[in-house]
Amino acid sequence: MAYQFDFTFIPDYAGMLGQGVAYTLGLTVFGGVLGIAIGIGGAISRLWKIRPFDGLYQCYVELFRNTPFLVQLFLIFFGLPSLGIKLVEWQAAMLAMVLNLGAYSTEIIRAGLQATPKGQLEAAESLAFTRRETFFYVMLRPALLKVWPALSSQLVISMLGSSVCSQISAEELTFVANFIQSRNFRAFETYFLTTAIYFGLAVMIRQLLGAIGRYAIARRAAS
Amino acid sequence: MMTFSLWDILRNLLNGAALTAVLSITAFVLGSLAGLAILFARISKYRAPRAFAKLYIEAFQGTPLLLQLFMLFFGLSLFGLDVPAWLAACLGLMLFTSAFLAEIWRGCVESVPRGQWEASASLALTYGEQMRHVILPQAMRVAIAPTVGFAVQVVKGTAVTSIIGFAELTKTGSMIANATYQPFLVYVLVALGYFALCYPLSWYAQRLERKFHAPRTN
Repeated sequence: MAYQFDFTFIPDYAGMLGQGVAYTLGLTVFGGVLGIAIGIGGAISRLWKIRPFDGLYQCYVELFRNTPFLVQLFLIFFGLPSLGIKLVEWQAAMLAMVLNLGAYSTEIIRAGLQATPKGQLEAAESLAFTRRETFFYVMLRPALLKVWPALSSQLVISMLGSSVCSQISAEELTFVANFIQSRNFRAFETYFLTTAIYFGLAVMIRQLLGAIGRYAIARRAAS
Repeated sequence: MMTFSLWDILRNLLNGAALTAVLSITAFVLGSLAGLAILFARISKYRAPRAFAKLYIEAFQGTPLLLQLFMLFFGLSLFGLDVPAWLAACLGLMLFTSAFLAEIWRGCVESVPRGQWEASASLALTYGEQMRHVILPQAMRVAIAPTVGFAVQVVKGTAVTSIIGFAELTKTGSMIANATYQPFLVYVLVALGYFALCYPLSWYAQRLERKFHAPRTN
């Protein structure tokens, strides 16, 4: 007998799936905002070699970029309690997202800052910009606009990667999927639906960030 | 009760790390071959293979690796196939790798100036000859650095296969952490294991990048 696909469970679990989506988006937004903040700090200290932060940041970036997110998550959630730092699931998931995105955005933003043409710095100097003005208007803002596409795709990658947070029972979308399939025994249908939702989220975030980037560039061109 | 010395922990983790390395290499090699096929479909003259390759790439880049593995694991069993964890892990990572590599390589092929296509066409080279003698050698030069860089993502991706029960480094780590009640020590060692596998690749990718893309001086 051929297998009968059965998607009739969807209405019963729509609310739960919605909560899972909200959790996943929460992790992404929170991780994105704080991660980019960490990244700006890291890029500055790496670029100007501000001791001891540049060395610390370099270690941090290399360690986080060369180990799997899942292992970082396990180390934070299962490992830190033996050092006396106890975090509940959502705190551990958030912390891991922030630290992971922070490491990637440090590298991305640093590349953007490094690409500031020398002539623009000289122009800013000849217009008597203060150091702070030069940094914000000539270096940071154009750098962020330049690397915005790279930051956006990193954010999408991290959103998709956050599915492993289900393993420390943070109740994001994949956790919800695991729960549902343990109830209805429709593993394939449940995971298929969840995968489709992730795909929709990825497309949505990409479009949204792209629109924000275009808006910022248009505004800059107009001003 | 069984007790674990530090050596026991290390020995088991090294076994896990060896499996991680084997899985990474298998996935990378098979994924490269499949990726090459997808690449040719993606840059084909015909619409149908192009559309298929585009959909394939978007599907794998737009969904979590974990769910790809789940779908494979549970999807294949719908057909009555009993899929062992290692097979699902290899197959899943191979498909994932092929999609990303095809997209990376497409960028490299497109970075070859149009004039090269036109010049080789005017020398009456066939499509195959153009690819073989003109386009691919130039694209390959550009492709080496990002390909090595992506190998790091493959090694890190293997950690996710622990969730479907493949006993590589992360899974071994979890099991030992549960048996020894020393999660901090064990997960630090696991992280160091991945670092030892990934850092040389990252470092090499960065060096290659510097070699091939001399920084533009403005």
